Amino acid sequence: MQTTKTSDDQIALNEERIIQPFSRRRFLGYVGATSALLATAASCKKDPIVNNTGVDLGSGDVGILNYAYALEQLEAAFYTQVVLTPYSGISALETEYMTDIRNHEVAHREFFKAAITAAAPSSIIPGLEVNFSSIDFTSRTSVLATAKAFEDLGVTAYNGAGQLISTTGNGPTYLTLAGKIVSVEARHAALIADLIAPGTFAATVDANALDSARTPAQVLAIAGTYIKTQINASNLPS
Amino acid sequence: MNLQNIISEIEKVDPEVYDRLDTRRKAMKKFANLSGKVALASLPIAFGSMLNTAYGKTSSVTDLVTDTLNFALTLEYLEAAFYNKIAGSAGYLTASAADQTALTKIKNDENAHVAFLKGALGAAAVASPTFDLTGGKGSGTGPFAGYLASYAVQLAMAQTFEDTGVRAYKGQAPNLQSSRPYLTAALEIHSVEARHASHIRQMRRALDAAIPAGQKPLKPWITLNYSGIDYPPAQANINLSFAGEEVTTQATVNIIGIGGNSFITDKAASESFDEPLTKAQVLTIVDPFIV
Repeated sequence: MQTTKTSDDQIALNEERIIQPFSRRRFLGYVGATSALLATAASCKKDPIVNNTGVDLGSGDVGILNYAYALEQLEAAFYTQVVLTPYSGISALETEYMTDIRNHEVAHREFFKAAITAAAPSSIIPGLEVNFSSIDFTSRTSVLATAKAFEDLGVTAYNGAGQLISTTGNGPTYLTLAGKIVSVEARHAALIADLIAPGTFAATVDANALDSARTPAQVLAIAGTYIKTQINASNLPS
Repeated sequence: MNLQNIISEIEKVDPEVYDRLDTRRKAMKKFANLSGKVALASLPIAFGSMLNTAYGKTSSVTDLVTDTLNFALTLEYLEAAFYNKIAGSAGYLTASAADQTALTKIKNDENAHVAFLKGALGAAAVASPTFDLTGGKGSGTGPFAGYLASYAVQLAMAQTFEDTGVRAYKGQAPNLQSSRPYLTAALEIHSVEARHASHIRQMRRALDAAIPAGQKPLKPWITLNYSGIDYPPAQANINLSFAGEEVTTQATVNIIGIGGNSFITDKAASESFDEPLTKAQVLTIVDPFIV
């Protein structure tokens, strides 16, 4: 994929590939790999714009690790600020929880930094500049609403990224690592939801009681509000 | 995803698609049943199994994937059976209204997971085992005998089941990589189990019963290998669900104090990552509950 392509071109290209009629034989060949067909079909709807400029997350598994690193940077920066300047009226229990979550998110961020540096030192993304101007850190409502948004976003991001991780080499190990983190994010998400409205720990699940998943493009479109640094996710696996 | 469009597209390249589907009446019936009660999210799976049946043996649902989903289904049967059983019991009725509402929500979620996995597996779904929730393998007099009368024991069991479920799904994720839709669905269940665990742990902290003094405060996340449960009759078995959670090294990276952050203690490092369990470890844990 060329980084010089505009996002519209890229979307058009993807759609062309999907819509292009395929031969019967090729189709019958495909059915043996139903999941691939379905994954393609499921991706038919247009994704939000993927920026082709800015910090390049890269491709392959390292790209996914950088993607996770970017999200953890955002979360860690947020909770670091929450702990530094607690919202007014914060309870002792809430202080304990915010501090714990800050610790976890910083651990996640630093883990990815160390792991990517070890695996692909030339591919690691730099520290991102955040933009928290829309958050009122003195307000419990604002802080908890943002925390909920970040945690739910993190859960859907990891849930969506699992299938983008390779099946060979270090892929399964990376998948397990992502799994180790996403359930902690889900524990956070449930707690924060409960702090906002007791009993809403799993209110976001669908009729099958499943959480949801988001593509990197969907996630970054949402996270972009809080990240000043332009991120290029166009080379990530899809 | 527009299912009708996909079938139309298939028809263009395989005019006999409807015949194939119709002559496999079972497949069609299964799909029709499914679409009535299963939301759109699971349709890729349902559609996938329909196609696999219609086109015969070239199934993308490998034996490994089927086995893994059946393993997950078995755990969901256990969880659903547990929550169904405690609902309205003497111990349960001592819980606050808010706690009962939460347990109802979790019960509904687990039953939905059962229905979802059964739908996804279709004819390949295993039947529910018979459960002995006293942990007595059918004797009815296992170490949890009396759980129906004790809300504290019920919550301790609930936490153990949820935390075990999280670890079990995590351990199986690599086995589902060959099927992207199934992997994603499993991850989407995995995070819901973690949400349940988080809430049950909050409920246990508030109730403040059967928590070892040295393991307080009980957190929504798992600290070291603490079960947070003091229940001597089944302590060894309970501890199995938390063994291995104490690790503080991930992919050879030491997490304690990482990046010069001294606040990341061994406890924080262990809490930051949940650990997987192998299928064998999980089966050992649930074995006493299966007749």
